[in-house]
Amino acid sequence: MFGYILKRLAISLATIWLVVTITFLLMHAIPGGPLTREKALPPAVLKNIEERYHLNDPLWKQYADYIYNLARGDLGPSLKHQGVTVNKIIAESFPVSAQLGLTALLIILLAGLPAGIISALRQNKWQDRLAMSLAAVGVAVPNFVLATLLIYIVGVKLGWLPTARWLSWQSAIMPSVALAGYYTAYVARLTRSSMLEVLQQDYIRTARAKGLPERVVVYKHALKNALIPIVTYLGPVAAGILTGSFVIEKIFAIPGLGEHFVAGIWNRDYTVILGVTVFYATLLVAINLIVDLLYCFIDPRVRLGK
Amino acid sequence: MREIPKEKFDPLPERSKDLSGVTGPAAAYRGNTWRRLRQNKMAMLGLYTIILIIILAVWGPVLSPYSYSDQHLDQQGLGPGSEHWFGTDSLGRDLFVRVLYGARISLAVGLAASLINLTVGVLYGSIAGFAGGRVDDVMMRVVDMLYSIPLVLYVILLMVVVGPGLKSIFIALGLVYWLEMARVVRAQILSLKEQEFVIAARALGAGRARILFRHLLPHCMGPIIITVTMNIPLAIFTEAFLSFLGLGVAVPMASWGMLASDALPAVRSHPHMLFFPAMAISITILAFNFLGDGLRDALDPRLPE
Repeated sequence: MFGYILKRLAISLATIWLVVTITFLLMHAIPGGPLTREKALPPAVLKNIEERYHLNDPLWKQYADYIYNLARGDLGPSLKHQGVTVNKIIAESFPVSAQLGLTALLIILLAGLPAGIISALRQNKWQDRLAMSLAAVGVAVPNFVLATLLIYIVGVKLGWLPTARWLSWQSAIMPSVALAGYYTAYVARLTRSSMLEVLQQDYIRTARAKGLPERVVVYKHALKNALIPIVTYLGPVAAGILTGSFVIEKIFAIPGLGEHFVAGIWNRDYTVILGVTVFYATLLVAINLIVDLLYCFIDPRVRLGK
Repeated sequence: MREIPKEKFDPLPERSKDLSGVTGPAAAYRGNTWRRLRQNKMAMLGLYTIILIIILAVWGPVLSPYSYSDQHLDQQGLGPGSEHWFGTDSLGRDLFVRVLYGARISLAVGLAASLINLTVGVLYGSIAGFAGGRVDDVMMRVVDMLYSIPLVLYVILLMVVVGPGLKSIFIALGLVYWLEMARVVRAQILSLKEQEFVIAARALGAGRARILFRHLLPHCMGPIIITVTMNIPLAIFTEAFLSFLGLGVAVPMASWGMLASDALPAVRSHPHMLFFPAMAISITILAFNFLGDGLRDALDPRLPE
């Protein structure tokens, strides 16, 4: 097990390095840089700025410098905002995004899993129909539509919750719900279909025939196996929450990392795009690593390292 | 005890390894699926809705007296009425025609994504899962790497390299939209291939390709269909999401995400501008989901009738 984790860690590092390299090269393949403006800068100024940020170094030198600094955890300065480092941007805005994302994840698991389990156990009864109708609508509404609807109904018409900013815990409710909506519905559907499939298996019949209480059959024998597809789905959920945050943070004017990333793209702020991409990639690679380990742990049929 | 002739224990001659007669008729199974699907009211509702949307998207704009790009500045922000069914937008363009044009883009995006899923995704995932070991490791690392870069970044880079518009969205979808299918199929194959029926098939002399296509992939049909039907809406979502951020199709073209994004600043005074594109997205995706669920139930041979 330990050897397997070590091997996976090495592969994860290689993945991150490749992401860095590809992103670095793609960023530099784009015509037009952060210094491109409508009114061209005087050549002398341009030269000084390029000197200052090492933009006129050969590409390999810039790459080597970047990797060297990255290894020390330094993502470099922002090209657009003077005196601000990418590290600082991430340090300031990521906690906000993380709060938003984790709240959304909590909603997804606390609402999605029970809804799916109840639907499977009460198949074709009213509980099932209600939950699945809601889930069907849930996976049909894009997060930005849900967000705007929430703002219009709960924020404007009813006036219950603040419609923007990130000030109190109340302001976290609507963005988290908008971010979680789709995935909550998806997880509920996934849990239901997975549970139904598992409940038909012979070993469930055996467990029932042994006279085990229904509670034990459902939660000990069925749920553990039914969770396998849901665990696999956690990686995409994390990625979805991450990209979803771009839109949600924009709509609710939340000062999170997604907002900075989108702004960085529009400003052609190379170091911000690079830094945030590397950061996101590291995050997702780590999450996928955990998911894979969990996967082996709950499904012994998947042989380790084979 | 009955005498068993000794030659019964000899290996079979080569020619009797022909397996063509072993499998039952597949046609009956397919007929069964269609019959089951037709009994499912929601699935048929979804199917008819999709057909209706396709017809509207293809012929609707031609029959309408308005064009998607004609601006009538004296008719800004009109509510829905007999003149303009869905009202007009902030530049006086007919919203009904613009929503229909959005349907064209969304359907094209959905079609492209599902084709990529069914070809690249299924093949890639099944090869990785079935081969296992080093091959699987390398193939899945590639998937992980592609997955690690947010899709939005791909599209932005492609917008610059290929030029803005629908083409970049298609290329971006092609690069990324088989990843989830590959993972799903691989995970399924990985846990299926250790099961007894595979050992049985192997013991009966079935080759690798036969085991994969005859025994393993049919068992993955449910997840594959769920993934495709979930991926069509996902692709439509992605396009809407990109257009909403201002990274999608270029003006004056209309896509649902762009229409929703345009409506956002005026949502308090003109909610209809958001309502119709949002309804269009939701109904389309609902229809695909209903059809997908129906297909899933109809295709799974393990479900009792």
